[in-house]
This record gives sequence, structure tokens and C-alpha cells, in this order.
Amino acid sequence: MSVQFNTQNIRRRDVLALAGTGVVAVSSIGLFAGDAMADPAAVAKAIKDRIGGKKSMAGNITLELPQIAENGNTVPIAVEVESPMSSSDYVKAVHIYAEGNPAPDVATFRFTPDSGRARVSTRMRMIKSQNIVAVAEMSNGKVHMVKNAVKVTIGGCGG
Amino acid sequence: MKNHFQGILMGAVVVGLSGFAGIASSAEMTYKAGDRSSGYTYATKETQGIQDDDIANPAYVYVDDGEALWSKVDGKAGKSCASCHAVDSAMLSDVGTRYPVYNAKLGKLQSLEQKINQEREEKMVAKPYKWESGSMLAMTIYMRNQSKGKPMNVSIDGPVIPFFEAGKKFYDQKRGQLDMSCANCHVDNAGNRIRANLLTEGQSNGFPTYRLKWQKPGSIHRRFRGCNKQVRATPYGYGSDEYVNLELYVAWRGRGLSVETPAVRN
Amino acid sequence: MAKARVKAPKSVKKGEVFEVKTLISHKMETGLRKNKKTGKKIPRKIINKFSVTYGGKEVFGSDWHPAVSANPYVSFFVKASASGPMKFQWTEDGGAVTEKTVNIKVT
Ligand code: HEC
Ligand code: HEC
Repeated sequence: MSVQFNTQNIRRRDVLALAGTGVVAVSSIGLFAGDAMADPAAVAKAIKDRIGGKKSMAGNITLELPQIAENGNTVPIAVEVESPMSSSDYVKAVHIYAEGNPAPDVATFRFTPDSGRARVSTRMRMIKSQNIVAVAEMSNGKVHMVKNAVKVTIGGCGG
Repeated sequence: MKNHFQGILMGAVVVGLSGFAGIASSAEMTYKAGDRSSGYTYATKETQGIQDDDIANPAYVYVDDGEALWSKVDGKAGKSCASCHAVDSAMLSDVGTRYPVYNAKLGKLQSLEQKINQEREEKMVAKPYKWESGSMLAMTIYMRNQSKGKPMNVSIDGPVIPFFEAGKKFYDQKRGQLDMSCANCHVDNAGNRIRANLLTEGQSNGFPTYRLKWQKPGSIHRRFRGCNKQVRATPYGYGSDEYVNLELYVAWRGRGLSVETPAVRN
Repeated sequence: MAKARVKAPKSVKKGEVFEVKTLISHKMETGLRKNKKTGKKIPRKIINKFSVTYGGKEVFGSDWHPAVSANPYVSFFVKASASGPMKFQWTEDGGAVTEKTVNIKVT
């Protein structure tokens, strides 16, 4: 973590001491400390449990996430899937997974042709910088997948 | 998170909710006044987006609650705030820009929280709210939200002068094991990073503010306590004279900035 | 109990696809956090299900895990079919349900 500080009015030692008080990022978020963590393999397994032996394809799905999240408590996320959303061709569900949280599952969203548009926005927790995966299940049995990396800057300051 | 379908919501009406009067759109907001900048200008666009949308901003639940409390009869006098102050009263339209104010009877400054409790005890004969309680946050957020978009405008004249001076002195005084003043961080180092945090000017125009870290809104005194603890100084109590004087000085530092309540910050 | 806010257009044209925004105040207690004083785990309590019906059918449904942020916010889209109520239901661990209904006028 970088400490660029104007030391004009502060003794250098103090700034370093302050940096030293840095609450470890994990404990400052206070959510999941001390528990087992998910990893890419756990996410791969969760996806396989969901879609079985089907192959997933890239494309047709967009994952909107900040490149750098200010605070892991509340990271805005949106998923949009291209689809006519007709009764014969629509997006059935979108699943979101986290590779670096204690558990891989984040949320599942189900759509119908009456949705008109397969887009959902929400906010998720991220314990640390990691990859987020979104998987779309289409009514025709196809599966689309996308993965984005997010860097999480967690403030340990203030209280 | 802005999406390209915003147009659809133009002319949309909030269903099942009332009391959206007085909410300025972000276009009408002053985030920079003279050499002063709101914490909003330091926030990421995602955090700004959460603040700007009155559904995405979780503190608007408190605006609703405060609006309900305003006209809820409570206490032995059988009155509510609305019994004496109309929801569209001139007082309510700018009260959020003016506090803390000098109270002649007390001979000192009074913050908005303290005025609310005085009204409850004296005019309604009702129990005071606890400082950081849901009801107090709802009432202060609702009241300040009625002034959203208006410039911060505290008086520092006449009888206020000694309290202003005391607040300024507190602000510039080094304290705690780290021997640092408010000014060391928020004047000398605004725009610099300290650990993972980007330091702002420490303005108060968005309070009570929803902090992503707290996952709920908090008062300006809660923030002062946190900032004191960061330098390992003993914090003062909620509503202490020291903090009310400091609150006045900090509000004056932000003069001209729009009230943003409820703001969203990291 | 949790409090919810919902925003949807009061009136829409038939066939138009419109956005609906929702927020519910809820701590979304993960079950992994510890009480700082006692060291004991704070039991999990989250909203695990959010569902929306319109025209008598579910038009949007979801399952949430502890990684959904406190005070959950969700926005999504719906195609205007006929005038009528849109019903929102948030279900908490243990089964408590928070409900909200808005009327959509289709012209
Ligand atoms: C019985 C009538 C009555 C009730 C009930 C009442 N007020 Fe007042 N309020 C007054 C009067 C009269 C004043 C002006 C004199 C004073 O400050 O006491 C006033 C002044 C105020 C002020 C100061 C306005 C300014 O310009 O600085 C605020 C703020 C306020 N009230 C808020 C409230 C709130 C919040 C409630 C409910 C908790 C409430 N009042 C309930 C009569 C009432
Ligand atoms: C060691 C550095 C440090 C000191 C000293 C410090 N603060 Fe802060 N303060 C922070 C950090 C970090 C934040 C969060 C980021 C930001 O807004 O600057 C913050 C935030 C704030 C905010 C919220 C700003 C907003 O936009 O919501 C206020 C108000 C504030 N401080 C006031 C004070 C006051 C008054 C003092 C002196 C009692 C003080 N601070 C001392 C580091 C400090």
C-alpha cells in the first residue's frame, strides 16, 4: 500500500508510524476473516455443478465492474446479455461467482421473455482483489461466460 | 453505475413514495466553491453514482423514515414537529445549511441534533433521541436533505466568534500519539494517499453520510471520533462542546459547497 | 424489519421495456463475522431470495448469497404488457418476507 505524504508539517517518523497502524485489509472489512477461501477451482466446480457438461462460450455477455473498487463492501456490478428475449430465444439465468471470496457463489438472477432486456445491476462484497465470473444460461441450452479482474483498495482508516 | 437506458426513466415517477420535494439533481450541485472541494470530487465515479441515485443511495431509507417521524405524534404534549412546523416551512428549507447556531439561552452553540432533542423535550414533552440512533439519524438526514443543493452558510459573527475560534484552535492542534492535527491531514495532505485512503479536505457538507465502510449512515461526530482515534487520541463525546465548536469551524471551511445529505463516501 | 424502496415508471406504453430499481435496508449478516468482544460468530442472517411478479407471473427472480452487499440494491428490466400490480418480495433466512406492491399503468 502506497503512502505518499506531504511531510512538511509532520515528522517523517509519524507518517511511517501511522502507516504501521494500518489495519490489515482483511480484518478491516471484517466480513470473512478466518475462513476458508474460494479459488478458481471452486468457481469452476460451482459452474460445472450448475451447467453440467455443457461448454461455455465467450461473447454475448458483458460484465461491468470498476477496474479499481474503492471499498470491497460495496462494489457495483452489472451484467448484460445480448438476446432477442423472445418466447423462443431468451436468457434464462445469470449466475455470478467470485474467485477470491470465502465462497464462490454471489447471486443468481432469473429472467423471462417478459423481462424484455437481460440486464441486471447490483452490488457485491469483495474481500480482496480477484476475478469475477458471470455465466448466462440461454433458453436454447447455450452457455456464455465472461471474467473480469477487479482490484480492491480497502480503507483501513477512520472509524 | 450509469447505464445507457437512463432516458427511459425520465419523467418516471416514484411509485408508493412521497416527499421527494427539495431534492436537487446533481447538475444543480456545487461541488467546488472557491478553493474548497467536496469529498464528492475525490470519490470514484462508482461511489458518486451510488450517491446520485435516490434508490441506489441506501440512506434515502432514512429520508423516508425522517419524513414519517416529522409528523408522528410523540410525548405528553400530544404533538409532532408538524404540529408547529409545516413540511413546506421556510425553516425546513434551509435549516440544514445553518447549523450549528448560537443559542442565547444556553450561552453556547447548539448542533442540529441538540436542537431536535430540545424541541422534543420542551415542546413535545417527549424523550430525547440517542445521538447515533436510527431515529436521530433519520431526523437529521431528513432535515438536511430538505436543504440539499443549497450552499453551506453558517454564521460566525457576533456571539459565535469565541466558539468559532475554539473550533479553529481544535482543528489546528496536534494531538494523539501520532501528534497530528486535523489540518495536517485535511489541509496539508488533501489529495495525497495515506495507506489505501485518498485524503480529502474533510468537508462536512454531506453529513450524516453513508459510509461504505460502516455500511450505514453516521453523524459528523462519529466521523470526528474516528479521525481522533486514527492518530491515537482519545475521542470526545457525541455532542461535546469541543465537537460542536469543531463542527461549526468545519462547516465554515466548507462554506458555499452544496449540502449533499445524504452523501456516500468510502 | 427491513424497509424497501422501489422506483418504476407510473405509466408506460404497451410493449415498452422499462427499468425498475429496488433497494432494501438489510445488514446481510454473512455468518462469518465475529463479535469483537465475545469472539463468538455472529449468526448468518441474509435475504436469500428476491422475486418480482407482474401480470400474475414471476418476471424476475433471484437467489442471493452472503457476498451480496448490505442494503441490497438491484435494478432490472420488464416489458410492459398490461396495467396491474407489480409485486416485490424479499425473503430473509428464517422465512420472514418483506413485500411491496406498485401499480403499473400501461397505455
Ligand atoms: C409546540 C410547537 C412546536 C413543536 C411541537 C416543535 N417546534 Fe420547533 N419550534 C417551535 C418554535 C416556536 C420555534 C422558534 C423558537 C425556538 O427556537 O424555540 C421552533 C424552532 C425550531 C427550530 C429552529 C429553527 C431555526 O431557524 O433555527 C428547529 C430546527 C425546530 N424547531 C425543529 C423542530 C423539530 C425537529 C420538532 C419535532 C421534533 C419541533 N421543532 C417541534 C415550535 C415547535
Ligand atoms: C491521519 C490523518 C487524519 C487526521 C489527523 C484527521 N483525519 Fe479526517 N479523515 C481522514 C481520512 C483518511 C478520511 C477519509 C478520507 C477523506 O475523506 O479524507 C477522513 C475523513 C474525514 C471527514 C469526512 C469527509 C467527507 O467528505 O465525508 C471529515 C469531516 C473529517 N475527516 C474531519 C476531520 C477532523 C475534524 C479532524 C481533526 C479532529 C480530522 N479529520 C483528522 C484522515 C484524517
